[in-house]
Amino acid sequence: MSASGIRTQDSVERAPPDAPAVALRQAGVRAGGRWIWRNADLTIRDGEFLVVLGPNGAGKTTLLRVLLGLVSLNAGSVRVAGEDPRSARRQVGYVPQRRAFDRDLYVRARDLVALGVDGTRFGVPLSAAERRIKREMVDEAIEAVGATAYADRAVGHLSGGEQQRLLLAEALVTRPRLLLLDEPLASLDLGGQAQASGLVASVARSRGITVVLVAHDVNPLVSVLDRVAYVAGGRITAGTPDEVITSQRLSAIYDHDVEVLRDRLGRIVVVGLDDSESHHD
Amino acid sequence: MIAAGAAFSWNPVTDWQALTSQSFMRNALIAGTIAAVLCSVVGSFVVLRGLTFAADALTHVGFAGASGAVLFGAPPVAGLLTLTLVAGTGIGVLQERLRGRDVVIGMILVGALGLGVLLLRLSSGYANQTYALLFGDILALSTRDVVVLGCAAALAVAGTVAIFRPLLFASLDEEVAESRGVPVRVLAVAFMLILAVAASAATQVIGALLAVALIVAPAASAQRLTHRPVRAVAIAVALGLAIVWVGLAIGYWLPYPASFFVTSMAAITYGVSRALGA
Repeated sequence: MSASGIRTQDSVERAPPDAPAVALRQAGVRAGGRWIWRNADLTIRDGEFLVVLGPNGAGKTTLLRVLLGLVSLNAGSVRVAGEDPRSARRQVGYVPQRRAFDRDLYVRARDLVALGVDGTRFGVPLSAAERRIKREMVDEAIEAVGATAYADRAVGHLSGGEQQRLLLAEALVTRPRLLLLDEPLASLDLGGQAQASGLVASVARSRGITVVLVAHDVNPLVSVLDRVAYVAGGRITAGTPDEVITSQRLSAIYDHDVEVLRDRLGRIVVVGLDDSESHHD
Repeated sequence: MIAAGAAFSWNPVTDWQALTSQSFMRNALIAGTIAAVLCSVVGSFVVLRGLTFAADALTHVGFAGASGAVLFGAPPVAGLLTLTLVAGTGIGVLQERLRGRDVVIGMILVGALGLGVLLLRLSSGYANQTYALLFGDILALSTRDVVVLGCAAALAVAGTVAIFRPLLFASLDEEVAESRGVPVRVLAVAFMLILAVAASAATQVIGALLAVALIVAPAASAQRLTHRPVRAVAIAVALGLAIVWVGLAIGYWLPYPASFFVTSMAAITYGVSRALGA
């Protein structure tokens, strides 16, 4: 096997550079005999930071799974970097929603990140040259998320925030063009949320990565996001927060009387939804 | 548990000659070595994937298979391998639905054990066979048994090496592995087939009731001693060999079952590794 066996994004044949990171056209997904969402048109520019919001069960994770090629559309089309999502997998980094790793998981954090490089490969181990490239990729990803200090410790012994940084490193290690994050802020306290969203934004900006981040609360992300997309009521509605997070638009999206309030600091409070759907802290 | 060829001396050369002078003991050492290597490699993933209980159930299914083979006059190893492979496939296919369903696996386990007892009762030689299959009688293995075991184990180890990285990826981080195109469901079934072979091997060495010790103890101990996955497998193999060899050697010179010494060594190894490790 040659050193080119480990393919980074740079060596992957690129789709036309003008292709948007994500393009959904009249897209729809069915499950259990009903449409989860349909007639979705969504174009995400290269380098854009999109936050996906919406009630539980509305199909936010389904949207990510469509972009990963794990769920097929029942209508319309989807393109990731101009390609079928299955062909674009190498260009996509994914951090799924999860609970913490088992405390008994005695595997070095570094080895978890390394699986992002060659974990998909069958057969015998890498050559020395490949191992060197792999180590450089792993070191670089771990440094990018600031996890160098604990990269040699067992994953199960790290805190939730530390584990999350390593999962981000695992997603970044192949230098993806698109990063999909499912509720990465869910298990963090307020300080941790600000830190994590700042980290994702700075890494994405410095590398020109497009981010699609599913969140429960838009407030920790207001300063870093470009647009928001609401997945609710079988539709996907995207726009800037000022366009979308308004009393009128949200009332229409939810088909329910909703009021949006903003405080002096620009924090957004949505009133009129039950707790699980609102955006207050 | 058998009359030894020569008394134990503190001279390792004469002791080694005594150990290997009889064909039943040579077969036992070779079978034990094969089982130790296979079980330690496979056990590393059993521990990572949390499949200890499923592994235990497979060994009990193997008991039913071996009992059936005895009833129909076939070699026990044939029934052992056949039924564990079938059950392994079943558990692998249903794994999504079985996850966390300890009750289902538990019912399969006791059901298989009960069926095995019935099948043995229907055949002659009830007591001896029952004892051998439940608690192991490694000294009774024929050369043919060892050859069958060796071939199955070679395939299983080769299979594990071939799928090592995707299996590790799927074991640690199934969702991300799936998103990157790793065929996680196919791997789950493939691994259960490999585990079925390991369960059969362990059953032949120390019996269906004790077999899971050989699968889990070396791997769980190794993972306490290192955090590096490949190194953990290597240490598990070393520990597995030590457990089996020392257990068999003590069993050769003392008038008690080798199974007892193998499982005691396994438990001591795990205890020591917990004390030493992180």
